Amino acid sequence: MTATQTHVTPMTATQIPDAESALAALAERMRAAVAFDAAFVGIYSGGAWVADRLAAMIPGDHPVGYIDVSFYRDDFARAGLKAGAKRSELPFDVANRSIVLVDDVLYTGRSVRAAINELFDYGRPARIELAVLADRGGRELPVEATYCGVRVAIARSLSLALARDGDKLRFDIETAADA
Amino acid sequence: MRNPQLNAQGELTHLLTLEGLPAPVITHILDTATPFVGIAEREVKKVPLLRGKAVFNLFFENSTRTRTTFEIAAKRLSADVINLNIGASSTTKGETLLDTVDNLVAMDADIFVVRHAQSGAPHLIASHLNAHGRSHIHVVNAGDGRHSHPTQGLLDLYTIRHYKKEFHDLTVAVVGDVLHSRVARSLIHGLTTLGTPEVRVVGPKTLLPSKVDALGVRVFHDMREGLKGVDVVVMLRLQSERMKGALLPSAGEYFKHYGLTPDKLALAKPDVIVMHPGPMNRGVEIDSAVADGDHSVILPQVTFGIAVRMAVMSIIAGN
Repeated sequence: MTATQTHVTPMTATQIPDAESALAALAERMRAAVAFDAAFVGIYSGGAWVADRLAAMIPGDHPVGYIDVSFYRDDFARAGLKAGAKRSELPFDVANRSIVLVDDVLYTGRSVRAAINELFDYGRPARIELAVLADRGGRELPVEATYCGVRVAIARSLSLALARDGDKLRFDIETAADA
Repeated sequence: MRNPQLNAQGELTHLLTLEGLPAPVITHILDTATPFVGIAEREVKKVPLLRGKAVFNLFFENSTRTRTTFEIAAKRLSADVINLNIGASSTTKGETLLDTVDNLVAMDADIFVVRHAQSGAPHLIASHLNAHGRSHIHVVNAGDGRHSHPTQGLLDLYTIRHYKKEFHDLTVAVVGDVLHSRVARSLIHGLTTLGTPEVRVVGPKTLLPSKVDALGVRVFHDMREGLKGVDVVVMLRLQSERMKGALLPSAGEYFKHYGLTPDKLALAKPDVIVMHPGPMNRGVEIDSAVADGDHSVILPQVTFGIAVRMAVMSIIAGN
């Protein structure tokens, strides 16, 4: 924890952000700004769900891909390889393409760093933007979202996780595993 | 006694044999191999998982394919790879196996990939490292004597799962020189652990171990009987260079009875897959028409083998 870290009180259940309205707000911000042929790349698993929904909401021709950052994580030496790594699927040529990287929650910025590194192993994209459903602060790397659905303040001892019921998205707050 | 392959948390830290390895550990390796298969299709066929780690290929017995696929796997994980053909150097000067290992530990080895003609050599190295407080160094068995070849067994399991999805309704026939085959032993243990209801071994009495039915398999000496209705045929190489004494009349005679030909294969299920660990002896245990035919998945086995070895090394290095 850094000296500049602001301490926030834990959220109560009523303060959990609404994922569906965050999605609507995110789509509204992206609609006018995103290139008509930009590919959406969701980070597994929450970001993949958000990317699927966004592709249906935003006009244009947006191929969707998915990326699993397990092999690019910076905590491998400490935490090892987690079970359930998925195969990254990018069914388009990354070289010279505009890409919007999509994640559910932006926190330390480490997953985004890993995802950008992985994208470059597929080719040299024209540009990469970042869209997140929720930004909870707490950055440990110089990473900012281009498009953000909702900003929330959540104690470090808690984790904000996206869940899915059918097609509907929902945020859950849990005690963080490493707290 | 604790399984020497697992740490106190039950996680895989060495891969020595598939015998006694719990089903969830095997499934975790197979699941992890799937995303590694995709790496081979990218522009940059590397991930940074083992960056800064040193993988020592310790081959006391010759092998081109296995050593090469381990080397490719380690390099795709960004490890530094050092190949040692030990047979040609230290041991001929009188150094013991464990002295060789200690010297390489002093050179900061992280993973040893070991092939040895002596059954149990990788076990000995792993126990030595564990006993001397070096359990952060990992050992992968790349084939020891007649005992075990776990990564080959795992890539066979991966290939079967890729084409057949589930193990619980399969009949698998392992055909040929089971007596000399560590590949067969590893595969049979793996298939049994993952719940394959029927595993058959097919071969002449002289090439089957005397207590082979203790492995939980059905024994056939007539190949046509043994292939009836099977989903998977695994052909073994006739290891003529290991044969001591006259176990067989001739290679031609062997092919007549136990060579896989299109007419024998027709007795299996219509969607049967044919596997072979390589190198193949065409016209001895397998007919070219089958080896190159529609049912053959022999070359995909090689490709999957790289991904499986990447999965094994990245899992043990993280535990």
